[in-house]
Amino acid sequence: MSRPAFRYKSAETAVAALFFLLGLLVMWDSARLGARWAEDGPQAGYFPFYIGLFICVASAVNFAGGLRLKGEANRTFVETGQLTLVLAVLVPAAIYVALIGWLGIYITSAVFIAFFMRWLGKYAWWKVAVVSIGTSAVFYLVFEIWFLVPLPKGPLEEVLGLG
Amino acid sequence: MAEIEALMHGFAVALSLKNVAFMFVGIILGVIIGVLPGLGGANGVAILLPLTFSMAQSPGGTTTAIILLSCIYWGALFGGAITSILFNIPGEPWSVATTFDGYPLAQQGRAGAALTAAFTSSFVGALIAVIVITFLSPIVASFALEFGPPEFFAVYLLTFCAFVGMSKEPPFKTIASMMIGFALAAVGTDPVTGALRLTFGTEKLLNGFDFLVAVIGLFGIGEILLTLEEGLEFKGARAKLSLGVVLETWKELPRYWMTSLRAAAVGCFMGIVPGGATPASFMSYGVARRFSRDGDKFGSGQVEGVVAPETAAHAAGTSALLPMLTLGVPGSPTAAVLLGGLLIWGLQPGPLLFVEQKDFVWGLIASMYLGNIAGLIVVLTCVPAFAAILRIPFSVIAPIIVVICAIGSYTVHNSIFDVWMMVVFGVAGYLLKKLSYPLAPMVLAIVLGDRAEAAFRQAMLVSQGDLRVFFSNALVGTMTGLALVLLVWPLVTWLLSRSRASA
Amino acid sequence: MKRQHWQTTLALAAVLAAPLAAQAWEPTKTVEFIVPAGTGGGADQMARAIQGIIAKHGLMKQSMVVVNKSGGAGAEGFLDVKNAKGDPHKIIITLSNLFTTPLAQGTPFSWKDLTPVKMMALDEFVLWVNAETPFKTSKDYVQQAKDRANDPSKRFKMGGTGAKQEDEIITVAVQQKTGARFTYIPFKGGGDVAVQLVGKHVDSTVNNPIEAVAHWRGGKLRPLCVFDQKRMPYNNKVTDAQSWADIPTCKEQGLDVDYLMLRGIFMPGGVKPDQAQYYVEVLRKVQQTPEWKQLMEQGAYNTTSLEGKEYADWVAKEEQRHVELMKAAGFLHKK
Repeated sequence: MSRPAFRYKSAETAVAALFFLLGLLVMWDSARLGARWAEDGPQAGYFPFYIGLFICVASAVNFAGGLRLKGEANRTFVETGQLTLVLAVLVPAAIYVALIGWLGIYITSAVFIAFFMRWLGKYAWWKVAVVSIGTSAVFYLVFEIWFLVPLPKGPLEEVLGLG
Repeated sequence: MAEIEALMHGFAVALSLKNVAFMFVGIILGVIIGVLPGLGGANGVAILLPLTFSMAQSPGGTTTAIILLSCIYWGALFGGAITSILFNIPGEPWSVATTFDGYPLAQQGRAGAALTAAFTSSFVGALIAVIVITFLSPIVASFALEFGPPEFFAVYLLTFCAFVGMSKEPPFKTIASMMIGFALAAVGTDPVTGALRLTFGTEKLLNGFDFLVAVIGLFGIGEILLTLEEGLEFKGARAKLSLGVVLETWKELPRYWMTSLRAAAVGCFMGIVPGGATPASFMSYGVARRFSRDGDKFGSGQVEGVVAPETAAHAAGTSALLPMLTLGVPGSPTAAVLLGGLLIWGLQPGPLLFVEQKDFVWGLIASMYLGNIAGLIVVLTCVPAFAAILRIPFSVIAPIIVVICAIGSYTVHNSIFDVWMMVVFGVAGYLLKKLSYPLAPMVLAIVLGDRAEAAFRQAMLVSQGDLRVFFSNALVGTMTGLALVLLVWPLVTWLLSRSRASA
Repeated sequence: MKRQHWQTTLALAAVLAAPLAAQAWEPTKTVEFIVPAGTGGGADQMARAIQGIIAKHGLMKQSMVVVNKSGGAGAEGFLDVKNAKGDPHKIIITLSNLFTTPLAQGTPFSWKDLTPVKMMALDEFVLWVNAETPFKTSKDYVQQAKDRANDPSKRFKMGGTGAKQEDEIITVAVQQKTGARFTYIPFKGGGDVAVQLVGKHVDSTVNNPIEAVAHWRGGKLRPLCVFDQKRMPYNNKVTDAQSWADIPTCKEQGLDVDYLMLRGIFMPGGVKPDQAQYYVEVLRKVQQTPEWKQLMEQGAYNTTSLEGKEYADWVAKEEQRHVELMKAAGFLHKK
């Protein structure tokens, strides 16, 4: 159960490499805009260019630091069991966000909460139904009715005439 | 004194039964707005603005209307701290710094203490700011006029230097994190030339990265993921649930009177300038960490680390109303909407408002005193109820938090893309925290990055590229100098301790 | 592009043809009122005023919410409405960035993607200086600016809202007409700009009346001239000595520049004529309320208000004018 999924060396170097690429991207786009110090002060890309450069330099140092991790220092970053738990939330959360655009936020939120309570909490169905539908209903009241903040809505709200 | 007399008259205006009732309504609505990251103070005020038109028609109604709206504003200031402390999710931008020590306190089962400290300091900060407004408004209002582009840049630089520079994390990770924050802040329209930067031709990036989305992801979602690793439980469930905790915390608070005073000074300064409540809270946290005897322990759950940002945020939020009233410059989006309200009611903010609309102005100032007292009473009695939220089982509250975070991110620009960004920031928050990249400098860079850059480049336009403009008068010179001293201070102390050690 | 234009024209013709009494369509849900600018600016204030007036007088059965979409100099808001083709529950208030943003940034939208509903008013621009300076007319000021034109470090500083938008366009137009040179400094909002002038951090501004009126009344700022072809019509005294009508036009003083900013309402493209007509009716009622009249006077707006084909023609002409102005200023997006 507690096998390491990743060690610190891989995590450190991966993040540093990613940041390095990000830095390059920033520098590239800033150079396009003009990154010089003109007569009346810096151009549009001046600051972002050097920000990108700093990101690259710092990431290079962090990358080297990551590579040097050995033995004790290269301890477990995350265990497989932990990673499973994290993904168990992250994946449904991503699906949840993906569905918001299609079904609206109220339905998806109720389903998302219900899924969690049933799957992780093993609650009785009636409790699941009360909490999940209740939460969505409260949010609907607060945002749509009370504060008039329009949130994404889907086909069901359309049918019910709540959209 | 004329001010006292005017203020007493103001109390008489504000203390009608109707006005007091609206005060409590406003506070309660405000707290709700503050708690939910999807509703900003600006939302609440904007929604109720139309309703207040009809109020403003009846005699004395304008005062009632502004009392209702400004109490929403106070309520939101109070409420922002609640989710910061309980779940590491800042309900409002200015409560980000409150998470640094507030959340660890909650994890140690001291949520009640953290909440009490936050609410009480908010009250103290606001009170000091109102006193400043009451007695010094003419002087203070003209002070804001001293601020041109170089001065604004110096203020932002000062905020930065006060906050960064004492980071315990590896220096290159701090730099990387901060610079990523600056890069994120630069995305969108360049403030000076209007060119699109780092948008790579996509419409989604036109807006840039909003601070709130980043914060909800990095702190809120990131924290849930970290908590998951440890098992399906929140650590703060042991929090005490009696009102006794309020009294206990109050016994502890007088110890931090110096911190409070400093924080209030920082807050009033930033509010009047107007630099805003969010930078004020960061600056104050940084200053408190430097001066406190327990500075090293900041971030691990110090009550003082809650007192400092909350006092400053509330002092700034309150004093920001002064430039709004006297100069017509709103210090925050909420103040901007309030300003719109004044105009529609037929009141003209500006130097003459204090002369022509005495009743209104002093009624408003009186309502600041009363509204904050009402607010304190409301939120303190609710401390046990708030702390009890932590007892809700993880598998129920975690998905609800995710939903709240999603709504909060969506409402920033009404875009589902921002909700995706929240998820990405959540993963980033999880990874970076585990790899000991500090998140606070990144967040501060996102808040201040574009403002600081705009001010810098405006200053360069003014001076035609001459950097000496940042030392061109006593005010800007002092601030720039102070900022540089704060920046190199850690280096100096480090060198001193080394030379002492080797001697 | 051509086809869209044709469709718009057709839609407009239908709007005009529709009998006024037959209000066949009404909103069935909350209407979103998009503001392609930040909170607190002129467009935002007007949108919130309209929302307030509608709510107060019960002019609509459904409610209306104001949503700010200011990203990319307003591009965010315009693209949102463009993408909501056929959605009758969305309206947008425009400022000059309807023209300037696509021209300066190359963002893919045009007013032809939208359905023009009604012009509510036009916003005036006034040349302001600090009251402590000796300049009494725009002539004095421009002459000085001309004398300083050759030395960049001595040039007058013109503060304005945003980059390559209306304030900078006016500044460039003044430069081209007179040979004067200014250093243009962009700020975030009109209120900030006025305060910068009061604090003498800039030498002049072209603030809208509503942004600077409080400081004028407080004796801190002095209006030199208004960038319009005729004087503003408001005779009530604003300061002890002057009313809006006392401010001469720039043209009278030999500065032949005029510029007015559109405060108009649009809907997404492809909406039905009776849907557009509904909003025309509501907005007409808004214009008849005392609150609206008070707002017009406070902000010294030009109350020209057009609908239907006249409005569309006006917008088309104005777009052409902006192309020319921005071309002359060198602000056009480079492909």
